Amino acid sequence: MASVTVRETAGAGLYSRKRIEEMSGEKISACFQCEKCSNGCPMVFAMDIQPHRVMHCLQLGLVEEVLNSDTIWVCVSCQTCTTRCPNDIDIAHVVDTLRQLSARRQVKESQKSVAVFHTAFLSSIKRFGRVHEASMVVSYAFQNEGITGVRKQLNLGLEMMRKGKIKLVPSRLWAGKQVKEIFRKAGRKRAQ
Amino acid sequence: MKVSYYPGCSLEGTAKEYGQSFETVARDLGIELHELNGWTCCGASSAHVTNDEMAVSLGVRNLLLANKTRMDLVVPCAACYQRLKAAEKAVNTRKTIEGIPAGFATQGRIRHIVDFIWEECGEQAIREKVRKPLQALSPVCYYGCLVTRPPHITDARDPEDPRAMDDILKSLDANVKNWSYKTDCCGGNLMLTHPELARKLVARLFDMALEAGANCIAVGCPMCHASLDTVQRDITRSDGASYNLPVYYFTELMGLAFGNRAAGGWFNRHLTDAKSLLSRNGLL
Ligand code: SF4
Ligand code: SF4
Repeated sequence: MASVTVRETAGAGLYSRKRIEEMSGEKISACFQCEKCSNGCPMVFAMDIQPHRVMHCLQLGLVEEVLNSDTIWVCVSCQTCTTRCPNDIDIAHVVDTLRQLSARRQVKESQKSVAVFHTAFLSSIKRFGRVHEASMVVSYAFQNEGITGVRKQLNLGLEMMRKGKIKLVPSRLWAGKQVKEIFRKAGRKRAQ
Repeated sequence: MKVSYYPGCSLEGTAKEYGQSFETVARDLGIELHELNGWTCCGASSAHVTNDEMAVSLGVRNLLLANKTRMDLVVPCAACYQRLKAAEKAVNTRKTIEGIPAGFATQGRIRHIVDFIWEECGEQAIREKVRKPLQALSPVCYYGCLVTRPPHITDARDPEDPRAMDDILKSLDANVKNWSYKTDCCGGNLMLTHPELARKLVARLFDMALEAGANCIAVGCPMCHASLDTVQRDITRSDGASYNLPVYYFTELMGLAFGNRAAGGWFNRHLTDAKSLLSRNGLL
């Protein structure tokens, strides 16, 4: 477990605790470090900063540390922490906010695959209105690891095809236009 | 009874057998399903990590369609259910969201398939349909994380210990085992990006299911099924043996118990052998 040291630059980054509170709508200052979130978290074994420490870092203004952590990318959004927090902090939502911020800049190389996955998933929705699983997986695998990545998915893909689990042709929907509009609006807001 | 139906993207592909078994069982139980005309993706786990507004809008688009039907909306996927509920809460509590008509409020209820079937049918109606009691099966019920969490979104009465699936399967005379991993996470959304981490979570579920004395696992979510069924062969127990735990959709078990002939076809689609246990016990 990497330890986080308070440096003199604490709070001097682009984002303060207050800013994260505004963006997420969650009262991070209410956290009293009871550790319930971390105790119930199934992914804590793979995290470099445990969830309660994420909250503590934010309170101290150590936002950069958290934005560069593995934690925000290995969190599976299972909502256990949010369900159990005695102070009603939606911790999973705070993590979402941090991921959004991190993705706007640059996601660290070792966690790039997660961001690539979400992009591939959303592109599929944007394109078809619904996720077309087969082309989404291929697109993710290719963007993530090139042809090697696609090869890795091949065996499972063929087996699933044999089992009739693969829909080959995506649905084309009349509703697609409305979905594209949702993406357009979201993109415009982000650019502001 | 009539209800509007939001299948979700996986039921068009990897979870086809879930959709087929649900539709069959609904027919048997006298439930009329009306697929929501023009439904689109709820945004699943990717929209909310990318953009809050987009996540809400993708959900609300479907709620607007559902309002037109004047029926409740039944949802078979835990993730879709949670995202649609989150959209519902967002519009019903926040004043304005761009692109959403002012004063919009949801009319019917959004209902997860498991609670829906149990609340609408109950033990009596289910028991009456049973032709092949499932005494030979000892399932643990795995609900997954998102049907009940977080309760301020899902309105779950008992988020740490849901019981409706247990009750349904008991009505089929299955020897349901109790365990405390009903709502633990399977790591589904890391399956492609961090398979080694997801497998750790899945392996623990298998270990705990065996410890509880189960010979199979019942699920009510296409993501859970994908995690538990699809990669099971790649995971071994600490002693190197394979788990061999069939993973059934609870609707498949209902269809099987109701004596439905289509059942064999559903089990053919599983990647972990789902048929041996059944044929060994004269259920198929
Ligand atoms: S459960 Fe809530 S109060 Fe307790 S440490 Fe976690 S965020 Fe802080
Ligand atoms: S939502 Fe993320 S941080 Fe919270 S318990 Fe689940 S994995 Fe851990």
